[in-house]
Amino acid sequence: MATITINGQAKDVAADPTTPLLWVIRDVLGMTGTKYGCGIAQCGACTVHLDGVPVRSCSVPLSAVGAKKITTIEGLSPDGTHPVQQAWIELQVPQCGYCQSGQIMSAVALLETKPHPTDADIDQAMNGNICRCGTYQRIRAAIHRAAEMKGA
Amino acid sequence: MTPKATTVSRRDFVRVGVAVGGGLMVTVYGAGCGPKDAAAPVAGGGEGLFEPNAFVQLDGNGNVLILSKHLEMGQGAYTGLATIIADEMDADWSRIRVEGAPADAKKYANLAFGMQGTGGSSAIANSWDQHRKAGATARAVLMAAAAKQWGVAASELTTEPGVVIHAKSNRRAEYGTLAAAAAKLPVPETVTLKDPKDFRYIGKEKVTPRVDGKAKSTGTATYTQDVKLPGLLTAVVAHPPLFGAKVKSFDATKAKAVPGVVDVVQIPTGVAVLGEHFWAARQGRAALTVEWDMAGANTLGTAEVMAQFRELAGKPGVEIRKDGDAEAAIGKAAKTVEATYEFPFLAHASMEPLNCVVHLRKDGAEIWNGDQFQTPDQGALAALFGMKPEQIKINTLFAGGSFGRRANGISDYIVEAATIAKAIDGRVPVKMVWTREDDTGAGYFRPAFLHRIKGGLDAAGNPVAWWHRIVGQSTTAGTPLASKDGKDPSSFEGAADHPYAVANVFVDTHFPAIGIPVQWWRSVGHTHTAFAVEMFVDELAKAAGKDPVEFRRGLLAKDPRRLAVLNLAADKAGWGSPLPAGRARGIAVHKSFNTYVAEVAEVSLEGGKVRVHRVVCAIDCGIVVNPDVVRAQMEGAIAFGLGAALYGQIAIDKGRVVSTNFDKYRVLRQREMPAVEVHMMPSTEAPTGVGEPATPPIGPAVANALFALTGKPTRKVPLAV
Repeated sequence: MATITINGQAKDVAADPTTPLLWVIRDVLGMTGTKYGCGIAQCGACTVHLDGVPVRSCSVPLSAVGAKKITTIEGLSPDGTHPVQQAWIELQVPQCGYCQSGQIMSAVALLETKPHPTDADIDQAMNGNICRCGTYQRIRAAIHRAAEMKGA
Repeated sequence: MTPKATTVSRRDFVRVGVAVGGGLMVTVYGAGCGPKDAAAPVAGGGEGLFEPNAFVQLDGNGNVLILSKHLEMGQGAYTGLATIIADEMDADWSRIRVEGAPADAKKYANLAFGMQGTGGSSAIANSWDQHRKAGATARAVLMAAAAKQWGVAASELTTEPGVVIHAKSNRRAEYGTLAAAAAKLPVPETVTLKDPKDFRYIGKEKVTPRVDGKAKSTGTATYTQDVKLPGLLTAVVAHPPLFGAKVKSFDATKAKAVPGVVDVVQIPTGVAVLGEHFWAARQGRAALTVEWDMAGANTLGTAEVMAQFRELAGKPGVEIRKDGDAEAAIGKAAKTVEATYEFPFLAHASMEPLNCVVHLRKDGAEIWNGDQFQTPDQGALAALFGMKPEQIKINTLFAGGSFGRRANGISDYIVEAATIAKAIDGRVPVKMVWTREDDTGAGYFRPAFLHRIKGGLDAAGNPVAWWHRIVGQSTTAGTPLASKDGKDPSSFEGAADHPYAVANVFVDTHFPAIGIPVQWWRSVGHTHTAFAVEMFVDELAKAAGKDPVEFRRGLLAKDPRRLAVLNLAADKAGWGSPLPAGRARGIAVHKSFNTYVAEVAEVSLEGGKVRVHRVVCAIDCGIVVNPDVVRAQMEGAIAFGLGAALYGQIAIDKGRVVSTNFDKYRVLRQREMPAVEVHMMPSTEAPTGVGEPATPPIGPAVANALFALTGKPTRKVPLAV
């Protein structure tokens, strides 16, 4: 039994310590906003934050989490009003939507370190998140929009 | 008014998860979505529900539920179909919720297919008249109910979103308050549709935001991967290493010793490991020992397949088109051009790896799936279980992409999930989850193709002959969807009917049978035919010494809509105006799914690497229902096609698929996304497809820009590898 802190709550989880954090979040805790896409840290669909740093939860074993605070898409805001989420909705970013939790988590982390990123910063920070629907252009625009909202 | 939660949809179901401390958390939720919070009431059952047709339900609180006969896989079908109904109904957009319709071909057939299913960019096109009528009928009955209540003539009434109005007496009634009365009135057979000038939502910007936008920005949208049911087990399948191999024997001793593994069963397509959760099943599969029977398995790799195609390209195929005598005209031509273009196998690689939830019971079966082909899927499961199709209930959830993959001619992954449920006698519901490697390794690729084209020009540079041989697997051969005459149009559509004015045209096709499963992929045959045709047109233009746009204009006089998008894209892209050094433009135009798209790509080579800076897209899809959805589909289809054109190729070595994950199957990423601008042609024609038609032109537009840049044609795809 391990104790982890996720979205501000301490949770006891009964899972093998080698279990990837992704499957602890999805199957043990039942929080399904974080998605499985590739299992080898290539697509970013499973992105969550560990102490504010974006990580691919499919490739982080439970044993590596320790006391680090986990944030998932469910923990960004109680009602979907985080500026990045608002910008995503306003600019109609999602199509199939499956990758978007991971995209949003990467975008939130970017804005924490660079409140006013350039296109090049965005391309760099978001390059690990694949979107097969090709929403990249709107992702770029929505990150700029969220930066504006946060600055306002 | 304050809505009260009264009814929940019949398609809602119980969501159960294990909470900390071993307790169960149970919430009820629906598979649909709307702009309202999940807590808002939804229509879908109970007293006083107004249900004028199979697509619209209005409850007493004024909430409108729209049942979508089409899968929402990202293309915006839920929003588009709802827009059509809401406009004619004069519904309040903020009160609309959409969910997937049940499987019932009598009510929910795709009118373009004659069965229930999504594909061919047909959702809006086939539903246009039907959904306008559905919305207008609902409005007419609500007005009749108000007229009766107020004792006035219906002709004196008007509507505003969600409200019937009698201006003379200054009376207003919200739709919800009329639902119960409307439910008791007859539904008219005929109804007057709006004059398009009165459209409130159709063709308008910003008034009908996507109904799934919020759910998909908050992690609350439900995909097959997210389904939870009491007792549900997750199944991971050990698949054979080669297409066509079978299980000879297996030893599950170690797999069963993995904590959380519940069962291991053999199925026709492999060995399934069932676990309490994914990771247990996945670890169980890793611990499994399977001996495979390789007799009859495909051992061809991509190199052998292409070698076979090159050989076939020298032999006559099945004749598809013959106008005049192309060979004789080439013999007499002033100038000739010959080119062979090769296209690789491609994976759909949707972000949600394939999966399906099946609950088999004695009296029927129920599945939860991002289901694209309800009627064939229902039929396949009924045959497997020895049931009637109507005993198979399909809950259609959001699909995390598809690009054609979830519409499989033999319902491959769905049947596989069902065989697992059958192998355990349906004692619990089963969620089959494919890993990324399972998904790509299962094949059903966009087939590899070879196009060999010869052209002849007269002394003035006008094309006089076009000879075209196509080699590649049929996507439907061996399935119930196979063409009766064996001439699968998905091999030659867009080539045999190319629009350019050439007097002598010959097209033939080889349909080699190869043991690598293939399937349609966003825009089907047009993915390779447009590529070959549009690259060859640029090669002809160069041989004729003409500008590619001018050359096309001269050959498209009889195709005004195609010519118009060509001109629009060229104009908006500044065709012919100077570019920074090292950059060039390329153009391509193609019609697919009755929609015309032209694209201009601006390309440079940076350290030998292809970089696409800007793409200007012009589209004529008839009446635009949701401008922003159309724009999004253009942007997305360009990204999808661009990734494939630059990097996409499935490598198969001695029958084994090598590129099974994103480390080896390269797709477009953020950094490679060009600036895309979209221009929509105003039109009064009925709407046509938008999900696929922007994919075909991007590859050749980029290839043609590279041709302009380097002076050498690129005849092998992917272009940047």
